[in-house]
This record gives sequence, structure tokens and C-alpha cells, in this order.
Amino acid sequence: MAKTLKEMEKAKEKANLVTIYLDGKEAKVPEGITILEACRMEGFHVPTLCYMEGLSSWGGCRICVVEVEGQPNLVASCVTPVREGMKIRLSSRAVREARKTNLELLLSNHPLDCQLCDRNGSCELQELAYEFGVREIRFGGERKTYAVDMSSPSVKRDANRCILCGRCVRTCREVQSVCAIDFANRGFDTFISPSLGLPLGESVCINCGQCILACPTGALSEVSHVEMVWDAIEDPGKFVVLQTAPAVRVSIGEPFGLPAGTVTTGKMVAAFRRLGFDRVFDTNFTADLTIIEEGHEFIGRVKKGGKLPLITSCSPGWIKFMEHFYPELMENVSTCKSPQQMFGAIAKTYYAQKMGIDPKDMVVVSIMPCTAKKFECQRDEMCASGYQDVDFSLTTREAARMLKEKGIRLEEMPEENFDDPLGISTGAAAVFGATGGVMEAALRSVYEISTGKTLEKLDFYQVRGLDGVKEASLEINGMEVNVAVAHGLGNARRLLDQVKAGNSKYHFIEIMACPGGCIGGGGQPIPTNLEIRMKRIAAIYEVDKNLPLRKSHENPAIKKLYEEFLGEPNGEKAHHLLHTHYMPRERI
Amino acid sequence: MEESLYREIEEIIEKYREEETPLLCVLQEVQEKFHYLPRNVLGYIAKKMNVPSSTVYGVATFYSFFETNPVGEYVIRVCKSTPCHVQGAFNVLQALKRELGLKEGETSKDGKFTLEVTSCLGVCGVAPAMMINDVTYGNLNDERVREILALYRR
Amino acid sequence: MFYRTHVLVEMTSSSVAFGAAQVKEALEREIERVGLKNEVKVLETGSFGASLPSPFVVIYPDNVIYAPLRVQDVRRVVEEHLLKGRVVRELMLAGGLEWKTSEFAFPFPLAKETRVVLRNSGFIDPLNIEDYIARDGYMALAKVLTEMTPQEVIEVIKRSNLLGRGGAGFPTGLKWEFTYKAEGQEKYVVCNADEGEPGTFKDRLILEGDPHSILEAMAIAGYAVGAREGYIYVRAEYPQSIRHLEEAIRQAGEYGFLGENILGSQFSFWVKIRKGAGAYVCGEETALLESIEGKRGEPRVKPPYPPQKGLWGKPTVINNVETLANIPPIILRGPEWFKSIGTPTCPGTKVFTLTGNVNNLGLIEVPMGITLRELIFEIGGGVRGGHGLKLVQTGGPSGGTMTPDLLDVPMTFDTLPKYNSALGSGALTVVDDTHCIVDVVKSFGEFFLHESCGKCTPCRIGNKRIVEILEKISEGKGTLDHLEELLHLGRNMKMTAFCGLGQAAPNPLLRCLEFFREEFETHVKEKVCPAGTCQLKSLQRTVR
Repeated sequence: MAKTLKEMEKAKEKANLVTIYLDGKEAKVPEGITILEACRMEGFHVPTLCYMEGLSSWGGCRICVVEVEGQPNLVASCVTPVREGMKIRLSSRAVREARKTNLELLLSNHPLDCQLCDRNGSCELQELAYEFGVREIRFGGERKTYAVDMSSPSVKRDANRCILCGRCVRTCREVQSVCAIDFANRGFDTFISPSLGLPLGESVCINCGQCILACPTGALSEVSHVEMVWDAIEDPGKFVVLQTAPAVRVSIGEPFGLPAGTVTTGKMVAAFRRLGFDRVFDTNFTADLTIIEEGHEFIGRVKKGGKLPLITSCSPGWIKFMEHFYPELMENVSTCKSPQQMFGAIAKTYYAQKMGIDPKDMVVVSIMPCTAKKFECQRDEMCASGYQDVDFSLTTREAARMLKEKGIRLEEMPEENFDDPLGISTGAAAVFGATGGVMEAALRSVYEISTGKTLEKLDFYQVRGLDGVKEASLEINGMEVNVAVAHGLGNARRLLDQVKAGNSKYHFIEIMACPGGCIGGGGQPIPTNLEIRMKRIAAIYEVDKNLPLRKSHENPAIKKLYEEFLGEPNGEKAHHLLHTHYMPRERI
Repeated sequence: MEESLYREIEEIIEKYREEETPLLCVLQEVQEKFHYLPRNVLGYIAKKMNVPSSTVYGVATFYSFFETNPVGEYVIRVCKSTPCHVQGAFNVLQALKRELGLKEGETSKDGKFTLEVTSCLGVCGVAPAMMINDVTYGNLNDERVREILALYRR
Repeated sequence: MFYRTHVLVEMTSSSVAFGAAQVKEALEREIERVGLKNEVKVLETGSFGASLPSPFVVIYPDNVIYAPLRVQDVRRVVEEHLLKGRVVRELMLAGGLEWKTSEFAFPFPLAKETRVVLRNSGFIDPLNIEDYIARDGYMALAKVLTEMTPQEVIEVIKRSNLLGRGGAGFPTGLKWEFTYKAEGQEKYVVCNADEGEPGTFKDRLILEGDPHSILEAMAIAGYAVGAREGYIYVRAEYPQSIRHLEEAIRQAGEYGFLGENILGSQFSFWVKIRKGAGAYVCGEETALLESIEGKRGEPRVKPPYPPQKGLWGKPTVINNVETLANIPPIILRGPEWFKSIGTPTCPGTKVFTLTGNVNNLGLIEVPMGITLRELIFEIGGGVRGGHGLKLVQTGGPSGGTMTPDLLDVPMTFDTLPKYNSALGSGALTVVDDTHCIVDVVKSFGEFFLHESCGKCTPCRIGNKRIVEILEKISEGKGTLDHLEELLHLGRNMKMTAFCGLGQAAPNPLLRCLEFFREEFETHVKEKVCPAGTCQLKSLQRTVR
């Protein structure tokens, strides 16, 4: 497994050191690491394509080759371990020539129409071609052509742009344990294929979009809703309402050159208002609502001896994963809709009534760090208002592109506030964006609602951070409540298999499909890597800390919503609008 | 697909229950039964063996002896590796194409023959050679090709 | 039952292709007709191992060979030879082959031939374990289990300096030692019988003719490294090998040479067969492991090497068929005996397969160090049709290209690399001078294009581009720049391909570009094919 710098530093403390020479410079590095890892530790840059942090090493692209003295062939630095006394040349003529040749070979089977590509500007192949000074492709010949696969509601596959690095395949297998795609055929005819050669939309793909983040080129991207949103904005007969997810405010600055982890809530609101939305609301509002509904569901299950552990339902990638791979756990999963869908249902009923708008003239657009949200909003069940509750779901990337298209510079925007009342939220909602956040928010409310006491320490550090599985326990009314959190579905399997086997000690489990939670979602700006994930998470907790209210049940707008409209939490109306059901799916 | 076919597949999988990672064995035996590996069969194998169907598809399309599209009753594989090539494999292929009215990769309309080229069959001592299903024929020339095909046309 | 005479019919995939089965049927029919059924027994045997005509029939103990024996001549042989005792001279094997008695019991090997690996091939009924036992079969296993420790076995193999016969020539004893020393309770022995290198079929003939020798060797390897299970990975193109192995495994189990507590010892060992499915790359040992594991046959990252982390992540020793066939004789006769054959640095014998434009096609086992001249002109009977020799491809397309100037180089693992060639699997594909070099090189290229697994860039796309350029040249659209591009692509593949196969793939291209530069240049400059066998020539003809 490719290691992070931090892990390597840790390894350095423990392991035996070996002496190697990088372009003549002596370096002492831990035994057992690869040449590439050694280079990164020592501050040497080695270009890569098929290598990706957090995935197993593949060694197929042959871009990261280096020369090792005494060895007749060049070696791939990403898979070659260091040895005592190794003398490594990182940029000899042979190395540069080989890298360039292999890159040219990849380009000779590539469309070369960068201007027409989603990834123009963020493409690793394009960047390497620039860095290596490729000015012509010496080896022309047949180029493989494939039909673009638009069958999925979330992920668009353009195999013409694929360079067969396998990062998507490894992500889907190793991180998500979904295995929706794999290599098919062999040799020059090799391509990446969904299950059984079917279109992606008919496969077990859970729409999480992690493959898009992994893709170095434009072979994978989201199915775009941009044009539909422009149409809605420009249609004077439509009242277009926007909701922005908790994780978007800490990442949308990146495409505008702001450092990762910059909180841009106010600027973001201003920018989208200028884009032409009639109202700019906040998904955080319904995140608070989710906590009330889900919290009461949990309390109810504990009291009435209902199915436990209760498992969260905010992540639509996780939901589809459950339907394919763990249908037997369907009753464990909370019936609560995700905040995006609760928002749509409330907007087109409560808010529409309040404003006297016919819901058929209302268009609800969401900006999500997520590609699975595109699928979620199109699910048949998601029409509680009588119309499709959320009409369009944009990724953070699409939203940034729309702003740029209109010439709006996010970084220059003034700070503005969300519209009322669906823009009011607490810190508990803010932390939804990071892994562990839903659990933390739920614990804050469940404790206070159940015990009637005030929680002294609001910060549940045990459930924060990037460990794959985290756990905590809390005494509530004399009962030891055990909770667990997993992000990345490969990690989630560890908890789910226990539940399936009937030996889970947990009462409440949070699962997010994407590593890091929503801040690492498949709709987030590229690159999204470990370092950037950590910065976004830090920003999420900064938002929480700075808000006056940090518990969902203290949100005044939510209280008002129940008083004016919903009645009781988990009541009949709430059940109709805010809860859903699931269906088992084939594991093809 | 008929219920009985699924049962047959299940029996094959059952046979290898004790083996570790027997995917290739299962695919081989299922292909012997059905001549090729249709998509729904691959999907069924994946499900029954608890292997991702993308993996099963990747394996079935990697190896040249697995057919994911319908093939004829007799699959003719003509070797075109160098030892056969320098002994006239090209002419043998031409003769087969002429006799069968097929191009490489095609199957005859009556579903009897599929013509494919392959890498070395390991009978270079009798080059040029071909394989029809699992029987090998060597020392081929126009006349022998005609004779051999006659055996299968009956 | 005692038979006065045995009629041995060589029954290999290639003999069957020649109609050996029909000849055997006819023999049985005729023998029954003349009433000799209780005196004469017809037996199928594996390969007789030389470059022999087929169908090949031996009357034993008379030591008379009829070859090629056609169905219509069977009646005469039965009536004349078997019934009346009169040898039918005109049907006997002719052609100036010299026969002599070898150190082995059966007097057939050709001159220059030394049989270690093929010691039983052709002399025993491969489907009868008692035949094998009668020729000291399973004696080595018995010796190992009763008299030797695993370390002693490894020591013997190390001292013999047996080099892996699959192509790479890595010392077998070291492989065993690494696997023995690797930590882990479960270990495996894998026999690589995925013989895919064009021009090679030695492993097939060993498996068809003497399957027990491989089972015995695998059990010995299992004892030495501490494995209880062995897998033989046989390519799908060898159905007869698979049938013989299955039967041999069954019989060995019955006789207690495989299974629980072999020969009453504490050692237990089982062998299973896994069948390939048509992928040359699975001859690469880690790709082979992937294939057994039910995956696409793509090579793995090395290190870790199989002795550390092999099949299902467990320490695994992988040996080629021919390598294993050497093991029992080395155990029985000792490393010094083995080293007395061949050259000091590369001892033992090598099985060569003669293919292509040579008069006698077939295989022969000779001491290491023999020259190509001896192999092609003495044993092979020279180039077909009296033509000149253009080149000999050794070890298949991934081996080396030997041009006529290298005919006297001793054929060993250590000498050939000095000439940018390789012994490889022992395949010898003779190409005569009526062939166009562009056409021949293109045929190598097409092989790799068809067989590249597609994992790494230089091989996946590089082979495609190489074949495309060669096509252009043979269509008369070539330029001098194309020759430079070929060189560049070939060198790049050699330098940067992921696995050994990819690195070796451009060898013939690079060597031919150098040696036959002129012929290539004639193609691109004058748009003429001197040999007249590539498309260019036929194009020229139609133009005229």
C-alpha cells in the first residue's frame, strides 16, 4: 500500500535505516520503503501516473521509472524497494527519454482534444505532457474508440480518454469494496468495463464518484446537471431554490485558488445569489432536522426494543451499497431521508405554502460534494411533495464551473448570509461534512433530549479524524451507549459483517461512503487527497466552533417548523415527508 | 435461460467447492457445456461463487480460450506463430477461409464452424498446425484442410 | 500375462495428428485377425524424442522401427514381421540415422543424444505406473524420504548446479532453499507447464510420455521445501498431457506415492492440475500464480518473489517441467554425475525442439554446450530444400536471434547472452533465406501483440506501434525514420516493460534491425523485398 509522508516519517523512527544515493545525494531512509517514497521523503519529485496514495501499487504506466546503477533495465520507482547502497539516477537521459516515450505512447492512443475535456486544466496527463516538453507524437497509429457511457445517473465514462492506469479499478475495489469495474480484454484491446460488460448504470456501481477523484484524465466525470440548472435560472416562470451541503463551503474556494481548508460560507452565498438563484438556503438546516428525526428514531428504538444498531442513512452511496450487498441490514438503517431530500420535501411543501408558490413552479437545486446525490434525487421514492423533491444536484466542481462561466470570482465576493428560514443552522449540522459528524451531532441531541441534562463537553474527539473505524461510548440514563463510525465502504464492511453475524456491540453506527466523509466526496474539487481531506475537516470543525448554536434541537427555525407544520418528531406528517424505505438490489 | 441449465452450473460449482479460487476451472467446464459463456451465465457464476461479476468478466475476456460471444460447434484455431508461419501457415489460413467462406473471428451461418487464429499450439514438429476443439491437426496443406473439414461436415 | 513381443506406437499430439491412432487400431485389428492376440501386445508410448517421422512404431525386443508406418502397410508388417518373423526392410526407418545402445536399457537414442529428462519417454507406457516403477521410478522419492533431510536434498540440488529450464536459467537449488527458509506453515510447489513459447513443445512430450517423473519430482520438492500441496499448471492446448497427468495422479495415489504419509513416512503430499485458458503471459511465474488464483493472468510486482510470497500469498517454489524431470536422476545418481554432463557452468542436458525450415523436425535431448551447427546440420539434417540459413530463433520470440555467424557458439544459459541471445526454452526455429526479414520480424511482433497482457504501457501500445510500422514497411510505405522509430520503441520496451516477457519481446526486432539492416533499408529505400515473401513483393507484382 502506498504510504503517506506521515506514515513514512513514523516508519523512519522505528525501522532500520539504509543508505541510498539519490542523484548522488546520500540519504538515510527506512528499510522496506520504495524508491518513490524515499524520493518524496527527501524532497525529490518523481512524476507518476498509475501510482496513487492509499492504493496498492500497480507499476503499469512506467512513467516513474528511474535508473539503478548495476541494473540493466530501468525500474519503476513506485514498486521497487530501496536497498542498502543503492545508487539511483532520477533524471538521466535514459530516464527522461523513457518517460517521454511512454507518455507519447499513451498520448498516441488518446483523443488530444484537451479543450473539449472536463479535466482541461486538472488533467495529470496534460500536465506531464507539458512538463516533459512533448511537442509531437512520434508514434502515431490506430487509436481505440469507444462509445461514451452515459447510462449512470451520476458517473459518465469516456473510455476514449482512459490511459488504463487502473486507479479507478483499485479505488472501487480496495477503498470501496464495490468492484463495479475491472479490466476487460487484454493487450491493446484492454479497457475498463463495468460488471459483465454492461453499461455502468446497470452495474453495482454505487455512484460514489471516488473513481472520478482517482482518474488522472477525463475518462471519468460526473453526469452534468449544469445546463438544466441554467435553464431553470433563466426561466422567469420558475422559483429556483438552492441548498448547499455542509462540505461545500470548505472546498469550493479551491477551484478559485484559495488554499484547501478555507471557510468560504459567506462568499459562497454571495456568489450563488449573483448566479441568479431566487433563494440561497442551506442543507445544514435539514441536517439539523435529520438529527431531530433520527435522534428520536434512535431513542424510540432503544425504548421500544426496536432493531439495533441503528445505522445512519445520509450517504446515498452507502444506501445503494447496502441495498446491493447487505439487504439483510435494511431494517437497521434509519428510515430518515438524507438532508438533501428532507430539504426538497420541506421546500416544496412548508416553504412553498408559506410563500404561496405552487410547488410545480419551484425548482430545487442542490450543490453537493457528491455524485450519488444525483442518483438519490431521482429515486422514485423521493417525491413526497407530489413532485420530484430535489430537481437537480450539482457537484462542487460543477458549481464552481458555473460561477466561472458567469465570471463570478468567489474570492472577491463579500460575506453574505443565507436566506431565512431554511438557511438557519447549528454547529451540529456543520459537522455533517466530516466523518463522525453525524454521530457527534446526534449524540449532542440524543443525550440532552433523553436525559434533560446539559451536555458538558460537546466535542466528541473519539469519533473525529481519519481512522477507518472509530468508536465511542456514552452513558445515557444509566445505559452504556456504544457507537461506531466508518467511512469508506471497505472500512464499513468490518462493522457491517459484525452486525450481520449478530455480534455487534454497537447501538448506533454512522457510515459514510466516502473516505473522510462528505468533504472527501466524489463531487469535490480535484485533487482531493489525504492532506486536503485533513484540511477540509479542520475547516468543518472551525465552522462548528464559531457558531453560536451547536446543538440541532436548539435551532429556532427547526422548532418553528415543528410548531407550524410538522407537529411531533417522527409524527405522521414527518413520517410522510421525511422518511423513506429501501429495496434490495441484485448483486450483478 | 432454463432452470435446468442453472442447475447444471450449480453442480459444476459444487464440484469445486473444496478447491481454493477455482474460477478458471468453473469457467472452463461451463464453457464445455454451453460452448460459450453468455453474460447471464457469467453473472450467475459470479453470484454463486461470491466473486465480483466485474472480476468474472475480466477473467473471461482475458483468456483467449474463453468465448463470451456465441461460437460454432467446432472452433478452428489456426496457429500463426513463427514456426508455423515459416512453414506456410498463411496458406493454410487462406485455404480455411476459402473453404469455410469465413474471415478470422467469424462463425458460419449454420453455427458449425468458428475460425480463429491463435498463438503456438506446441506441435511445431508438424507445422503448420491447427486445433479443432481439442483435437490437433498437423502437416497441413490445402488438401489436408479439405480432408479434415470433410470429417466435420458430415 | 506374458507377451513375446511388444509393439510400441508413439502416441503424442503430433503423432495423432499424423494418424497414429488409426495405425494403432489397424495393428490391433490385424494382430487379432492373425491370431497373435495372446502373444503380441500393442502399447501406446510417449514421444521417442528425436526428429522422427510419424507414425512411429517399434517392435520390441526386436528393436525394429517402422516409420512412417501408414495404415495401408500395417497388414504387411503384421503378416510378415510378427507372424513370419521377416523384417519388412522397405518400411523400416531410413535416412542415415545412426542408432546405438545407450546407457539406458532401451537401445534407441540418436547419436549425440544423452537422455536424462527423456529417459523414459517412448520406453514406457505412460499410463502404467508399473512401467515407471520398473525403471527406478519413485526410487528417488523413497531415497529422499528414508535417507535424507530436506536440507540434504536442497544441498544435493544446489551442488548439481541445475539451472531452471523454463528459460531464465535460475539455479533451482537456490529457489528451493529460499522457499525452505521462508517463514510459514503452508507452502506450495507449482509446476509450470504453461509452455507457450512458439516453437517449444518439450514439456508436452515429457508430460505425455513420462508424467510420473514430474509427480515424483514435485513430491521431492515438496519434501525439501516443506510443502504439502503441489499444482501443475498446464496450458489448455495440451489436452493429452492433462489426461496423462490425471491418470498418473490417480495411480500414484493408489500406490501410495502421493497422499497421506507417503511410503510410511511423516510426509504427505498431494498434486492437483490447473488448466490454463490460452494466455502466453501465464508462463511468467507470477502471472501463472494469478491465474491459479482465478484472476487475469497479469504479472505481479516483484519483489516479493514467489519463494517469499507466492500462491495465495504463501511461500511457493515454481519449477518448469524439464527442470523437475532432472530431479529424480540427480537424487539417485548424485550431483557429480549430473555435472559430468554438459559444461562446467551449465551442466546437464537440454531438450531442444527443432522447428521451422529444417529437414528433421522434432525434439532431441543433448548435453548443454552443443552448437547450433551440430543441432541444425547434423541432427536436423540441414535446412529444408537445400536453402541457405537466414536465422535461427532460439528460445522462441522472447529468446534470441542467432544469425549464421553464430553457428559455433556453445548453447548454454551463460554463453548466449554474450551474443545478445538467450537459450530460453530450447526452441529452435530455423528460417531459411527464402523468407523476408520484415515478414519474419512482423510475425514475432504479431505474436506479442496478441499475447501482451496490456498491463504496462511500453508493451501494450509499443507492440501495436511496432507491428503497424512493420506493416507500413511491407506495404512499401516505410521510411528511414520508421527504422529509427522501431529501434526506439524496441529499446524502450526492453528498458521499461513491467515483466521479463515484455523486456524480452523486442529482442528479435533489435537483433534483426542490426544484422539485416540492409534488407530493411532496401524495403524502405527501394520499396523492394529481396526475398519476395512480404506484401511488398506481391504488391510489386500486381503493379507490374
